[in-house]
Amino acid sequence: MVPTDVRDPNYFHKVVDCQWACPAHTPVPEYIRLIAAGRYTDAYMINWYSNVFPGILGRTCDRPCEPACRRGRLEPEPVAICRLKRVAADNKDDVRSLLPARPAKKNGKRVALIGCGPASLTVVRDLAPLGYELVIFDQDKGTGGMIRSQIPRFRLPEEVIDEECGYILERGFVELKLGWRIDSMKQLLAENFDAIFVGSGAPRGRDLDIPGRKEAANNIHIGIDWLSNVSFEHIDKIGKRVVVLGGGNTAMDCCRTARRLGGEEVKVVVRSGFGEMKASPWEKEDAMHEGIPIFNFLVPKSFTHENGKLTGIVFEKVKAEKDAKGRRQLVPTGEPDEHFPCDDVLVAVGQENAFPWIERDIGIEFDQRNMPKVDEKTMCSSHPKVFFGGDAAFGPKNIIWAVAHGHDAAISIDKSCHGEDVNDRPPPLVNLSSQKMGIHEWSYDNDISNDTRFKVPLRDQAITLKNLKVEVELGFDRALGYKETRRCLNCDVQTVFTRDLCIECDACVDICPVDCITFTFNGLEADLRTRLTAPAENLTQDLYVSDRLKTGRVMIKDEDVCLHCGLCAERCPTGAWDMQKFLLDMAHATEVSACRRG
Amino acid sequence: MTYIVKPKLHHPKLKQNALGFTHRDYEGKVSTLCAGCGHDSISAALIQAFFELDLEPHRVAKLSGIGCSSKTPDYFLGQSHGFNSVHGRMPSVATGASLANRDLIYLGVSGDGDSASIGLGQLAHCLRRGVNMVYIVENNGVYGLTKGQFSATADKGSKSKKGAGNQDAPIDLVSLAIIMGATFVARSFSGDKQQLVHLIKAAIEHKGAAFIDCISPCVAFNNHPGSTKSFDYVREHNEAVNAIEFIESKAPIKADYEPGTVALVRQHDGTYLKLKKLHTDYDPTDKTAALAYLMAHQAKGEVVTGLLHVEPEAEDLCGRMNVAKAPLNSLNEAELCPGSSALAKINAELR
Repeated sequence: MVPTDVRDPNYFHKVVDCQWACPAHTPVPEYIRLIAAGRYTDAYMINWYSNVFPGILGRTCDRPCEPACRRGRLEPEPVAICRLKRVAADNKDDVRSLLPARPAKKNGKRVALIGCGPASLTVVRDLAPLGYELVIFDQDKGTGGMIRSQIPRFRLPEEVIDEECGYILERGFVELKLGWRIDSMKQLLAENFDAIFVGSGAPRGRDLDIPGRKEAANNIHIGIDWLSNVSFEHIDKIGKRVVVLGGGNTAMDCCRTARRLGGEEVKVVVRSGFGEMKASPWEKEDAMHEGIPIFNFLVPKSFTHENGKLTGIVFEKVKAEKDAKGRRQLVPTGEPDEHFPCDDVLVAVGQENAFPWIERDIGIEFDQRNMPKVDEKTMCSSHPKVFFGGDAAFGPKNIIWAVAHGHDAAISIDKSCHGEDVNDRPPPLVNLSSQKMGIHEWSYDNDISNDTRFKVPLRDQAITLKNLKVEVELGFDRALGYKETRRCLNCDVQTVFTRDLCIECDACVDICPVDCITFTFNGLEADLRTRLTAPAENLTQDLYVSDRLKTGRVMIKDEDVCLHCGLCAERCPTGAWDMQKFLLDMAHATEVSACRRG
Repeated sequence: MTYIVKPKLHHPKLKQNALGFTHRDYEGKVSTLCAGCGHDSISAALIQAFFELDLEPHRVAKLSGIGCSSKTPDYFLGQSHGFNSVHGRMPSVATGASLANRDLIYLGVSGDGDSASIGLGQLAHCLRRGVNMVYIVENNGVYGLTKGQFSATADKGSKSKKGAGNQDAPIDLVSLAIIMGATFVARSFSGDKQQLVHLIKAAIEHKGAAFIDCISPCVAFNNHPGSTKSFDYVREHNEAVNAIEFIESKAPIKADYEPGTVALVRQHDGTYLKLKKLHTDYDPTDKTAALAYLMAHQAKGEVVTGLLHVEPEAEDLCGRMNVAKAPLNSLNEAELCPGSSALAKINAELR
């Protein structure tokens, strides 16, 4: 293998699995250390710069970081990264003085943003301090988009949404046009904005066109519309027996909300198996914890009704089988159909994008699936002034992806407004610095804890199931949060090897608790992976290979389960190993603009 | 010195031995020796050897004297028995312990100061008597704990860290061991774990006095250009006479290698040592030839390593003395006091 080039920022970035997996690339271990140190405000600000909504995401994030967490490869459960973020948000001081200053004057550029959800708000956060005049349109009466309309209050209190949307909307020349529907892109383009950002989400819930749908329509509700109506207090009750159709996170929100609005017997019925459901494991757990059973492998066949009133749903029983091409398919088991009697049905079988308001002859190209053609890096459409982000860009994803899109779109908008090439993307800011403080002292806590993941304390169900607005999770308190932070392996503190200093004494090999270091003769990667001290079977994790050593061998380190405990560096007599903190901050529009001025 | 406890988390796919242990179950505390010390590599090799032989840690007794080397039993086999004796007196303690309990596996860990100076007499008698043990000397040629004075094994003419030359003739521990009658004599190098692990395994299985002189560079005081016990010097001058493999199988082994390249040495208990010959003319069962070979190559400044001498039909002290097979602490009153008729019989034999 060719010696590893650690000067390539991607190499060490990949080692920080959580940061690499996060669409916004939040420096997770850095803020976890700050929480451990009781520096909640600093931890919050790192998050705020990177993911804009720490308090909101600390409760609702889809947490792609957690399945990626290295600790999860050594133990059954990863670090509770998401809920630690909430600890920072809950315990911070007033951060207003730390937020970017409002610009003294306008920069003369006007940008329209359609939708006031996480994608648009991120664009606003990035552009407002630069003096842009920003006009936000949203059909709803509240800010936050789906954050406010679709996520129930018992998961995310209103104050948190108000606070974090507020931080953004105060940043500069922002005009809010709520309850204002955009019906024609052509008209909007005619208003001579310098750029238009489409962050309108995926606002259309998929319907279920099966017999009885029309007849029983009064008691059949589309999940996201129903949640939105509950959120804006147009609906405050539901029948006693409720069936929720669908296996995604929206279905989980629907069933738990129904449970609080009078649903005594709430059931979730899903076509697929339990394991294939789209909902996050923890959301399924939360629903079941509230006494909501989940039924699998049942395909809705028809709604039953009497005198225009829904009486139930008939389901066909299916099983998963692989077809000739090896694809999974659901085939009927042949057993008799099952009837679920109920008073109301919530249909949460998916969401779609809909752009009836974008005329097809104004230079914005659409693909066969009727989705706009959007560049994944720049978020540019085929129209030079129109940019997309969030669910509107590539279909339903989640908040953290919307944030990442927002950052990218803001850079593109800023560049396009200054006549620069949007494809010329700014590199991240990367810093690598030794953590050595003394002979065997490091500026991070390398004595990691053996604790398993701590559970987030919940409020008593006797209270939470009665009130839609009472938050279920109490969050980690400071003491519990501290204990959880100590499970973090500090994967950003990198093991950096200097070939010329190594005397091949084997001390690092002997001390490594996870057997990840080997000195052997070089070879091809596939061959090397079989010749290491411990098997290196995780192909997604790189091997760190040194140049040839004195004996002709090379040092090979399997990054897979390295604890970053620094013992290799502590036992190294020559300092050939050093622990160096790798800090990577993504560039945002603010920095790009600062470079332009400077 | 490392302050933290070595994390308990381990690689999820660690190999387990026949007892269901991983090599991490054979570890001890975190070493307090200097970073990079050769002794730590030897500890790691011991861990590997005991793990691979599927030995239960509680069947092992670690014995040592004084010095850097003699601290190391704390850093491996944390669940074994141990005795840290007075300077140079480990062999006596080992002799007594082995007579009192033949069930345990005795591992003596000593250094060049402990064995070649203050304990030289003890070493000689222990080997001469054939105490059934593994006697390993972690040989770095200096007194590390007192800041690097030459020890008795330092080569004449080798230089100290400050540049002073050693005037005295060295004690060659392997030659001494062969002369003293050790029935398994080997030399190895802490920087060559592959060779060392195999030698330790064979030494553990050897019934009799097994002696290993292991060159172990002192990174703090004896790893500089003028040293003959540095990583670089030993790597450049290492002359391995054979590559050893211990074979537990007692069934006759079919030779499937080129004649003259491999020697199979059948031991007293029926186990085999497979020796891949690196020098075709070297025969470790020939004591005289081994000594001559050692002297000739040492004169050239070479460090001869490998299994240097083995007596396949070795006997041990307990066997020769016909010591009770069961540990003395397990004998009951009837066995210890066989009664007046037995005493009368013994007295009659002495008349």
